[in-house]
Amino acid sequence: MSEPFVIETSELRKQYDGVEALRGLSLQVPAGSIYGFLGRNGAGKTTTIKLLLGMARPTSGTAMVFGRPSTLEAASVEIRRRIGFVSDQKDLYDYMTVDEMIRFTAPFFPRWRADLEQRYRRSFELPADRKVKALSRGMRTKLALLLALCRGAELLILDEPTSGLDPAMTEEVLQSLVAHVASEEMTVFFSSHQIAEVDQIGDHVAIIDRGRTVVAGALDDLRDQYRRIELVFAGDAPEATFRSPGVERVRRKGRVLTVLSSAGSDRFVAEARALNPVSVDVAAVTLKEIFLETVVGEA
Amino acid sequence: MLLRPNPSSGVPIYLQLMEQVKHNIETGALRPGEQLPGIRPLAEELVINPNTVAKAYRELEHEGVIELRHGAGAFVSSNGRAKKATDTLRAGQTLVTAAVDRLRERGVTDEEIRRLFEAALAGLNKTGGHGE
Repeated sequence: MSEPFVIETSELRKQYDGVEALRGLSLQVPAGSIYGFLGRNGAGKTTTIKLLLGMARPTSGTAMVFGRPSTLEAASVEIRRRIGFVSDQKDLYDYMTVDEMIRFTAPFFPRWRADLEQRYRRSFELPADRKVKALSRGMRTKLALLLALCRGAELLILDEPTSGLDPAMTEEVLQSLVAHVASEEMTVFFSSHQIAEVDQIGDHVAIIDRGRTVVAGALDDLRDQYRRIELVFAGDAPEATFRSPGVERVRRKGRVLTVLSSAGSDRFVAEARALNPVSVDVAAVTLKEIFLETVVGEA
Repeated sequence: MLLRPNPSSGVPIYLQLMEQVKHNIETGALRPGEQLPGIRPLAEELVINPNTVAKAYRELEHEGVIELRHGAGAFVSSNGRAKKATDTLRAGQTLVTAAVDRLRERGVTDEEIRRLFEAALAGLNKTGGHGE
């Protein structure tokens, strides 16, 4: 893969019947990453994925996959050939058995990996003769995942891969993703509203809210850079404005001023010291806290 | 060897892994020359991103704690530098343990202690007015 970013979107907008599903969404997904695409239900995750796959056209903006515009018919066919996609519906043919579903799918993909098929048939313990419609939700997910993993794709796009799965099944799905990425050179882009699983297997994340990217970057950078700083004053906390970079939120309550910084604590604390606080506390901020701070509550 | 990073603690997972490997060396659970688990099996066992394991190993190599031998895997360094780092860390650990014990005796909670350390590392101890 020569492109620095496997997926790159810029100012992506999409309107459905006058409703703005995406309002300027920008993403940069590096090759080889496991990229968590976090947002509440209805934030625009599925719409974004449809645009990336060329299944819908943006109202404006660009979406590049493998360096080619997914909005062009010819390019999108080529792009889809190199992508493994699992929709949130886990689209499968209910009247087929597991075995028929696999044997039906394989011939569509010239780079089908028979070795991986054998591996995942075993490790997922899929009942070969059972009808798809009789599969449990977990089994259904594993079958859809097998079909996506075996096609020799360079990019895996998963829409809410673990939704509706119990914790044990979720762990099993995450584990197979991690193992797959460790042995095959590929990029995984998965949408989720489960912060914990992005924390666990992701190395990059975008948090989107109401069709816009609100936070994006390498998870380790976010963990390094985000800090909550609490200043306590002898009297009422002053109504100060701060010039330090990365001051995201300032809350005053009585004698306490709480600040969320996205650029570490050093510069802010140096600036805040001029206000003579009686104590200064700095704490790490979790991804969950970043999510809750940046995503707007129910309107 | 016990490695158990907590993905949702807000601390980068590779840093947690690095600390835990060092701790295992300190306690003798990992000895000089011993092999560490491979990147893939460890990522799979802990269900974390393989890039994260690779990053932790690279940084540990950079610090001289482990050696990455091409094609063979990761091994605990047997050179003096790693041992010296271990000794320094062990001495530091004694100091920290003593400090934590004394703070607990005074009724400071673990969460408060954690914050005090974080604040001290961020260079805020000047406002606190205490020093050795």
